[in-house]
Amino acid sequence: MSKIHVSTSINGDAVEYLCDPSETLLDVLRNRVGLTGAKEGCGSGDCGACSVELDGRLVCSCLVLAAEAEGKEVSTVEGMADGEKLHVLQQKILDHAALQCGVCTPGILVAAKALLEKNPDPTETEVRYWLAGNLCRCTGYDKIIRAVMDAAAEMRGA
Amino acid sequence: MRFESPDTIEQAVELLNTCDGISRLLAGGTDVLVQLRLALVEPDLIVDIKNIAGMRNITAEDGGFRIGAAVSGAEMGEHEGLVALWPGVVEAMELVGSTQVQGRATLAGNLCNASPAADSVPAMVVANAVARIVGPNGTRDCPVIDIPVGPSKTSLAKGEVITSIYLPARPDNSGDAYLRFIPRTEMDIAVSSAGVNLTIDSAGVVTQAQVSLGAVAPTVLVVDDAAKAIIGTKLDDDAISALQAACSAACNPIDDKRGTVEFRTKTAGVMAKRAALIAYSRAGGSK
Amino acid sequence: MVTEYKEGSVGAELGQREFKVVGTRPPRPDGVDKVTGRALFGADLTAPGMLHATILRSPHAHAKIVSIDTSAALAMDGVKAVVTSDDFVKQGGSGNQDTLDNCMARGKVFYDGHAVVAVAATSVMVANAALKLIKVEYEILPHETDVDAAMLDSAPVLHAGRKFRNIPEGNNANVSGFWEFGHGDIDEGFAKADIIVERSFKTAATHQGYIEPHATLATMGPDGRGEIWVSTQGHYMVRDLSAAFVGMETSQLRVTAAEIGGGFGGKTTVYLEPVALALSKKSGRPVKMVMTREEVFRASGPTTSSSTDVKIGMTKDGRITAGQAKPRYQGGAYPNITAMLGAMTAFASYDLEAVQTQAWNVLTNRPKQAAYRAPGAPMAIYTVESVIDELCQKLDLDPIEVRLMNAAKKGTLSSYGPTFDEIGLVATLEAAKAHPHYAAPLGPNQGRGVSCGFWFNFAGNTSVSMGINEDGTVSVIEGNPDIGGSRASISMMAAEELGIPFDKVRTIVGDTNSIGFNDVTDGSRVTFSVGLATIKAARAAIQNMCGRAAQVWGIDADAVDWVDGAAVPTGHNAGEFPPMTLAEIAADSAKTGGPIAGHHEVNADGAGVSFGVHLVDVEVDPETGFTEIKRYTVFQDAGKAIHPDYVEGQMQGGAVQGIGWALNEEYIYGEDGKLQNAGFLDYRIPVASDLPMIDAVILEIPNPGHPYGVRGVGETGIVPPLAAVANGVSHAAGVRMSELPMSPPRILAAIDGAK
Ligand SMILES: Cc1cc2nc3c(=O)[nH]c(=O)nc-3n(C[C@H](O)[C@H](O)[C@H](O)COP(=O)(O)OP(=O)(O)OC[C@H]3O[C@@H](n4cnc5c(N)ncnc54)[C@H](O)[C@@H]3O)c2cc1C
Ligand code: FES
Ligand code: FES
Repeated sequence: MSKIHVSTSINGDAVEYLCDPSETLLDVLRNRVGLTGAKEGCGSGDCGACSVELDGRLVCSCLVLAAEAEGKEVSTVEGMADGEKLHVLQQKILDHAALQCGVCTPGILVAAKALLEKNPDPTETEVRYWLAGNLCRCTGYDKIIRAVMDAAAEMRGA
Repeated sequence: MRFESPDTIEQAVELLNTCDGISRLLAGGTDVLVQLRLALVEPDLIVDIKNIAGMRNITAEDGGFRIGAAVSGAEMGEHEGLVALWPGVVEAMELVGSTQVQGRATLAGNLCNASPAADSVPAMVVANAVARIVGPNGTRDCPVIDIPVGPSKTSLAKGEVITSIYLPARPDNSGDAYLRFIPRTEMDIAVSSAGVNLTIDSAGVVTQAQVSLGAVAPTVLVVDDAAKAIIGTKLDDDAISALQAACSAACNPIDDKRGTVEFRTKTAGVMAKRAALIAYSRAGGSK
Repeated sequence: MVTEYKEGSVGAELGQREFKVVGTRPPRPDGVDKVTGRALFGADLTAPGMLHATILRSPHAHAKIVSIDTSAALAMDGVKAVVTSDDFVKQGGSGNQDTLDNCMARGKVFYDGHAVVAVAATSVMVANAALKLIKVEYEILPHETDVDAAMLDSAPVLHAGRKFRNIPEGNNANVSGFWEFGHGDIDEGFAKADIIVERSFKTAATHQGYIEPHATLATMGPDGRGEIWVSTQGHYMVRDLSAAFVGMETSQLRVTAAEIGGGFGGKTTVYLEPVALALSKKSGRPVKMVMTREEVFRASGPTTSSSTDVKIGMTKDGRITAGQAKPRYQGGAYPNITAMLGAMTAFASYDLEAVQTQAWNVLTNRPKQAAYRAPGAPMAIYTVESVIDELCQKLDLDPIEVRLMNAAKKGTLSSYGPTFDEIGLVATLEAAKAHPHYAAPLGPNQGRGVSCGFWFNFAGNTSVSMGINEDGTVSVIEGNPDIGGSRASISMMAAEELGIPFDKVRTIVGDTNSIGFNDVTDGSRVTFSVGLATIKAARAAIQNMCGRAAQVWGIDADAVDWVDGAAVPTGHNAGEFPPMTLAEIAADSAKTGGPIAGHHEVNADGAGVSFGVHLVDVEVDPETGFTEIKRYTVFQDAGKAIHPDYVEGQMQGGAVQGIGWALNEEYIYGEDGKLQNAGFLDYRIPVASDLPMIDAVILEIPNPGHPYGVRGVGETGIVPPLAAVANGVSHAAGVRMSELPMSPPRILAAIDGAK
């Protein structure tokens, strides 16, 4: 089976990889590029743990073929902090204790970041619907929603 | 499995037409990748259509809009003109999956996956949407309603690709709406659904209407009796009840893990009733 | 929100202690790793030369394995090893043998998804391709997945010839357990009642639904030594079972717990670990195994489904005169004791003169059940709380008043035997009654539901060790995987006891070779037991440090106290010396006798039971049967809340899992005995937009069994929602619901049926 050569950008870094035609972007991020921040909770688009941005669009990386990333820009949770400085959303998730096991957290962060880029002042209902594709089994969502709303407020103020 | 991402529609058609094994077009991939994952299909060839020129555009045409086959649901929702003209179609597409799925899923993919529960299809059908198809024998236009012929089956011939879907112009004082029933608020497949498109006159009387139902038969149902029940009315209670009854009567659903026959039959009527009221108010009617 | 409990003499001494660190909300030590993607969960680990293994699973609900031919798979390029049940060691105890047989079917497959063969290869793709070349010949047998049907004489028998203990005459061969609890004269009790309600209920099997699928990486060399990295709730359990199953000594296997992406009881047993180890043993290479989501649903977890008859008698003014419950649970193809826990908890909230519970466990062709948060209690308490609600409705009595009138308190002989010590049910009910939620007006098609809930809480075997570092910081090692922030709570208790700031302490979860044995993270035991052991370990270190100060000062060790993180003389008689801080003592430790450490090992006791009360407002769409949760408030006796954020988090998370159980989650089997909804699209756990904020009111009734008054808080929260939501829906829809989940088709059918 011949492999496909892909040149892409991940979190601003130029990255090249060889992938199998059937491999997903999630597979490649985790197994070939060494970025295990995106998680596989289902592999079928239902849980959002694998969320990344592809050319600025929020997607499930388990529903993207690795070959499709050619010439695109991929952003993952690993690219959110600026060096030592956490992104406001990351800090707010910590401040609100909005994680228990933390396996959903990378996906929630990437999805929430995409939301606030599009809508800096979302209502609670908007946050809940935007994040409906990010399953969290531990928290009951309460603290996550609060953290995102608080981050939005702080980012608007700043 | 081979992956190809051609730049032209001709190349895409050629690739599909000359493939001896199983081939799949890849638009948003939100159905295709799930099927690959579950090994429901093991294609020899995947043809990504997203790099073909024009496939990602929404263009105004004769008072309507032509939506490229690779335009995602999210892009539709961000297009003000489209939302203003066909809010029901856009809201139907926006119900598909999560925000993440929205970033990828397409109208054409939803149509060609040919699920009886596909959300955009009942809305496109009442909008009289037309698919433009390019194949080995050239280009043709086909009403959306004629594309799905059964669960997972379409009328497309080998090598044929939908390049765009056209939503036509509409008279003033028109409105459309789509509603579905799901057990949660999100992330579910429709248990029953309904699309309604109607036009009213200055007195608020419905002058033309179309009503469709999803997930209650092998393919989308157009319920003429339901449309007739509201044409010539101001959507008074009797008209609404008649529409609801006509919809329930038209249902031919199955019992499965997502809902019973009785439940689907009943809620399809309820969805149609509520969708009609929304469409009516979008048309400018007040009750 | 934390409500201080001040009244009375309850834990007076505990109630008065002024905490410095405990009760604050510092950030968790693993937090930054988890928000940056650095944290390593089960599937994130790799090893050089690693193989990938996948499993061939039974497509049948019940069948005899006639033959297995793996030759073609083994011959395939890239395939390095194949194992079947023949590659494992027969176990002495039937419990362990069942667990092993569940990991790899022996002779028979008992459910759709039961593991039959595993293949290790150079990639997942190669392994999966190899699975297709394996030929398994099955002789298909009749199957049964329903609990009541499996009890009938006509039902297919799963384990023919196997004898189970204490099964009364008249039960068929699928009944693998029977238990009975209670006291008082039940007939006399019913005779005193003004009204008796008798009803039958059913609940569907639900899955724990952790977002991280099971994942493990095992390696074993020709020297017979092994290592496992795994996402688990108990790495000592993984070590003991895996070593036994592949036939090695415990000491030769070292198990390290990865970060765990949720468990809720579902990761308290082994599935992949012994299989990966056996494959590594055969291939001589590290082997990684990760379940797909479909495998998680088909072959791990779930909890039991149930069918229960309940009968309760009440006087006109609301006093319960007698209660009887007969729960029958199926927990899949192997025996378990979940039904017993159901029988024990059913009436635990009430102070009753006459109570009787009898429980049956029944074998069916479904996956071997695994613990799920307060196993057995939610479904049992759901039935009792539903009937109590119906009695209140019939008698036109306030549901909280009636519960207060009957509530268990200190000194109550519990329905399952022991007499309660300090407990918080009355305080919890009072808090609910006084809360604005309880008085808020309801709109059309809305209903309010109330339910109590109870859980025992476990304690158990625990080891903790801590080193006092020369720079005045403290390193704590515990042995329980952290599933909800427990490393933070343990650091807080260590800091509190030692009298130093939180950020001077770092707690890690050690591997199985670093400290003594630990029971799994379950039964809400960690903050209680590990906390207890940590406090005791700190006290051992303090004693040592007081000795060092005494040595320096040249006074008796008895004449030194530990105050605010420093050794001080007990009084003037002891001598006049300035306090010697932990950091000062530590810095000089080499001169005063060497390293300073503390450790504690205990089979802890005194966990302290916990009660909760939930209030919910729901709105039911009368035309579709759709239920919306409008408002939700949890009241729970948490004992002392070490880190209130995490206590609230447990209460909120439990409530939402219970809401899912009540409304939409269920295992759906077809006529063919196959699971029809093995994915998150059709196994419907609550999503963010399904819910309102979940208000959490913590009541702190100190547990006399813990130095700081801690009770377990992890499980009680999932118990009340089933009945609270059911009672709310029953009021909103105007018809009594008796089957879970209350999915829209069921509610609509009930509404239409009542017309
Ligand atoms: C988590 C999740 C939730 C979902 N929820 C919903 C939902 O609520 N409602 C719903 O209706 N669907 C839902 N879906 C299904 C899916 O998202 C939709 O059907 C979507 O619209 C498919 O579009 P796509 O572009 O991703 O299609 P693809 O997966 O790319 O293609 C789908 C099919 O159409 C064919 N095809 C694609 N483009 C063309 C073309 N231009 N010409 C001819 N054939 C073509 C493909 O070969 C394939 O057979 C869900 C999927 C997921 C993963
Ligand atoms: S892993 Fe991609 S959505 Fe679950
Ligand atoms: S914190 Fe565990 S799944 Fe969200």
